[in-house]
Amino acid sequence: MRDPVKSNLTIRVCMGTGGIAAGGVEVMAVFADRLAGRGIRADIRKHCSIHKVGCRGLCAKDVLVDVILNGDKTTYQFIKPDMVERIIEEHVVGGNPVLEWAVGEDYHQFHDKQVKVVLSDCGNINPEEIDSYISVGGYNALERVIKKMTPAETIALIKKSGLRGRGGAGFPTGVKWEICRSVEASRKYIICNADEGDPGAFMDRSVIEGNPHAVIEGMTVGASAIGADKGYVYIRAEYPLAVERLKNALKQARERSFLGKNILGSGFSFDIRIKLGAGAFVCGEETALIASIEGLRGMPRAKPPFPVHKGLWGQPTVINNVETLANIPYIIRNGAEWYASYGTEKSKGTKVFALTGKIRNSGLIEVPMGIPLREIIYDIGGGIENNRKIKAVQTGGPSGGCIPAELLDITVDFESLARVGSIVGSGGMVVLDETDCMVNIAKFFLQFTQSESCGKCVPCRIGTKRLLEILERVTEGKGRLGDIELLESLANDIKATSLCGLGQTAPNPVLSTIKYFRDEFEAHITKKKCPAGVCRDLLSFVVLKDFCKGCGACKRVCPAGAVTGERKQVHVIDPEVCVKCGACYDACKFKAIGKG
Amino acid sequence: MIHLTINGLPVSVPEGTTILDAARSADIPIPTLCHHPKLTPYGGCRLCIVEVKGINRPVTSCTTPVAADMEVATTTPAIEGMRKTILELILSDHPNDCMVCEKAGDCALQELAYFYGVRENRFDGERRCYAGKDRNPFIDRDMEKCILCGKCVRVCEEVQGVGAIDIAYRGFNAKICPPFEKDLSCEFCGQCVSVCPTGALTGKAWTQRGRQKDIKEVDTICPYCGCGCGITLHVRRNEIVRVSSREETINEGWLCPKGRFGYTFVNSPERLHVPLIKEKGVFREAGWDEAMSLIVSKLGKIKKKYGPDAIGGLASARCTNEENYLFQKFMRAVIGTNNIDHCARL
Ligand SMILES: Cc1cc2nc3c(=O)[nH]c(=O)nc-3n(C[C@H](O)[C@H](O)[C@H](O)COP(=O)(O)O)c2cc1C
Ligand code: SF4
Ligand code: SF4
Ligand code: SF4
Ligand code: SF4
Ligand code: SF4
Ligand code: FES
Ligand code: FES
Repeated sequence: MRDPVKSNLTIRVCMGTGGIAAGGVEVMAVFADRLAGRGIRADIRKHCSIHKVGCRGLCAKDVLVDVILNGDKTTYQFIKPDMVERIIEEHVVGGNPVLEWAVGEDYHQFHDKQVKVVLSDCGNINPEEIDSYISVGGYNALERVIKKMTPAETIALIKKSGLRGRGGAGFPTGVKWEICRSVEASRKYIICNADEGDPGAFMDRSVIEGNPHAVIEGMTVGASAIGADKGYVYIRAEYPLAVERLKNALKQARERSFLGKNILGSGFSFDIRIKLGAGAFVCGEETALIASIEGLRGMPRAKPPFPVHKGLWGQPTVINNVETLANIPYIIRNGAEWYASYGTEKSKGTKVFALTGKIRNSGLIEVPMGIPLREIIYDIGGGIENNRKIKAVQTGGPSGGCIPAELLDITVDFESLARVGSIVGSGGMVVLDETDCMVNIAKFFLQFTQSESCGKCVPCRIGTKRLLEILERVTEGKGRLGDIELLESLANDIKATSLCGLGQTAPNPVLSTIKYFRDEFEAHITKKKCPAGVCRDLLSFVVLKDFCKGCGACKRVCPAGAVTGERKQVHVIDPEVCVKCGACYDACKFKAIGKG
Repeated sequence: MIHLTINGLPVSVPEGTTILDAARSADIPIPTLCHHPKLTPYGGCRLCIVEVKGINRPVTSCTTPVAADMEVATTTPAIEGMRKTILELILSDHPNDCMVCEKAGDCALQELAYFYGVRENRFDGERRCYAGKDRNPFIDRDMEKCILCGKCVRVCEEVQGVGAIDIAYRGFNAKICPPFEKDLSCEFCGQCVSVCPTGALTGKAWTQRGRQKDIKEVDTICPYCGCGCGITLHVRRNEIVRVSSREETINEGWLCPKGRFGYTFVNSPERLHVPLIKEKGVFREAGWDEAMSLIVSKLGKIKKKYGPDAIGGLASARCTNEENYLFQKFMRAVIGTNNIDHCARL
């Protein structure tokens, strides 16, 4: 065997779900194949290593490829298999990076204001190889905790860091562990909540895909602190790549004695099982999640008793979110003060958000708590697509609310978002512009929560249905006077009387849009107009006389035959026949169709 | 003991008592639809909400244990307003055909709608409609009237230990179903029927036989077996139209299918009223004395001619212990044989 020579070429292909969807596997195969094909240059072939990298956040630009040649890194975006040849030819062989394909200014801006803790190793290490995680300090924290610290010291450290749960409610993690530790029981459990049911959220998936060992290490630390010998990862079956990587990581961790009996010879034993969820949003709620693991219908139950007192199989149980747990190893490695140096007084550390909507750079971002919302939108996000005007930012997904553009200067942390009627939640962040109808946005989220309600309690089961029906009639132009007040009154009753967090928060998107965009609701109801031009039933299409050239394009595309007119004459749309499909609007080259 | 106040009234109850039970022990009413004292607390209907000082949202009294010095208010304008909203919501998804409903007059939902005066309803919209009928022999399951209180599911699981039904589907479409929505095929104990607060579950034999207001209730003992369950006959015009059982009976109100649904024989025209004696293949009516004498003389003859072991006695599960005791005594001491058996052993 020859000595492995230190590589002077590294190719890294983004292989998160985003990367794979964009063709990452093919791109990587072509790299491997073409590099091998040029095998004459044995030095290149031998020295190149190809990692499968986890998600690095900017999925909109996938497939992203890093080419690191003699220590200089160039990152390429939107790479397709047929582009590989030129990169190898010009960059790898010729030494000149293909600049026109390299990421631009916005890619760097996207990263500059971010602070990566949970995501720090995602994208840099090989999530399928435990040594890759160990080489960046992985499992140090576990070793320290079980060999040199008492459970009380571990809990004190986590409390001091100020870490609060990333699953939505923001409960202090150290306090949760402390309560569970203090309960006498023959058996305790720790559960990692990887259900991630919010539409549009994918941070937990990305963390498990990009750095599964951090989650395992965090769970094991937690288990030793509370005195659990068994853990579960509750993960939705729709995340096959994450499940596969997690399984692989669990196997590797067992082989290295980071899991199993007598971990690292310390006498502490702990193991983790994977429990696949069927993808019901409500199963992310902790008592429903427990019922689901126990083989029952995933339905919440009343608290108290809280899971820390009576959880899985009636035993004290800590449930933590993926991101919460993935923070743990970094906090122990770098110290509580280091973690607490990020964030605000009450919201410490960093938070991962899924930035989407009408924003230039969409993707996963990790920012220090307390960052101004404006910086997220304009510095990291690169501003609004097509230079349109921003209208609002929706945070917290279906449990959250809309923050209007006037409030863009607020900071992003648990307290300040709550003050304006929204939440951090699981970290969804959808940017809305002037072409978004706020009634429609509220309807969208209600559609989701209404269909995901478990049906156990009346206000959520029937109440959200009625809320949705009222919103539907408003967007259809059948809104009645008093509907806004009815929405508010019903929404408040649902919030106050629902059993679990789903029903208690489901009305938030409705209440916050009414609070800040009441005029839009009124326009729908009294003027029967949708100011954003979104609600089809409220639109009318007319031919603008002064612009019409009589080309007949609209007449040809209209599926309903609503357009009449002779060639070179001004055309007319019959509003009785028009089905408001908008085909004429799109077809007219002279912008002679008015929509409103 | 935990000391707390409910509506300003001092109340003391053992630790672990729920607010609902504490209030009821002090004769303070709280409306409920999904609560049953013998079943696990559920928290589904949300009608039992109360205000607790220091907690910023209403809590369900049926699931919340009391705590020392708790200050509870069971009826405030805000709480009553929310209860009314909940009732409006339930009724907005209900057939509201009390006019022809078997349960009218004995229906917890109707009662609450009455006391809360829910005449106008602010909510309209889709209502669950189900075309198919459950063709099981005993229980009428009208799921459009079901309010998803979950009592039937819990009683079937926790009391009967059968688990024949559960909630299927989600949200607005949630529905109590036997597996795969097949026809109910279970023990037909009717425990579910007895706890259902609405007309969703009724006995098929009850239909149009008379509603509760016209009923005379007669407490008696089930004639079917030696358990001797306490039953209540619902009698209209001297006809049994329904059987129920009270909670304070030795059987705690639970029955088996025979006791609950097996009463129709009482008014059957085919029932025997007098003894019949068969002569030359044809039955004729006879008097009790005549019939008894015939039995005595026939048994005596057989015993004399073939010996006592030519005779056997079969006792019935419908007899009491005492009756069965006497019967075996009769067979052994009077007839002189050990040929005595019982249908329950077969
Ligand atoms: C309807 C509903 C859905 C939820 N979904 C999730 C989820 O997908 N992932 C998650 O971590 N927490 C979810 N939660 C929050 C959990 O109930 C729980 O608070 C959290 O997992 C605790 O972890 P943490 O303390 O680390 O935040 C959900 C809560 C509700 C009410
Ligand atoms: S609030 Fe909704 S999801 Fe939660 S228990 Fe009630 S019906 Fe189920
Ligand atoms: S179940 Fe009750 S409320 Fe419903 S129709 Fe029957 S009597 Fe009326
Ligand atoms: S009749 Fe008895 S066994 Fe059948 S569903 Fe009802 S409770 Fe269960
Ligand atoms: S059938 Fe009756 S007992 Fe069962 S959930 Fe419906 S209303 Fe409740
Ligand atoms: S037949 Fe059934 S209801 Fe009657 S006494 Fe026996 S167990 Fe009870
Ligand atoms: S009786 Fe308490 S929620 Fe139904
Ligand atoms: S709901 Fe089915 S018989 Fe009870």
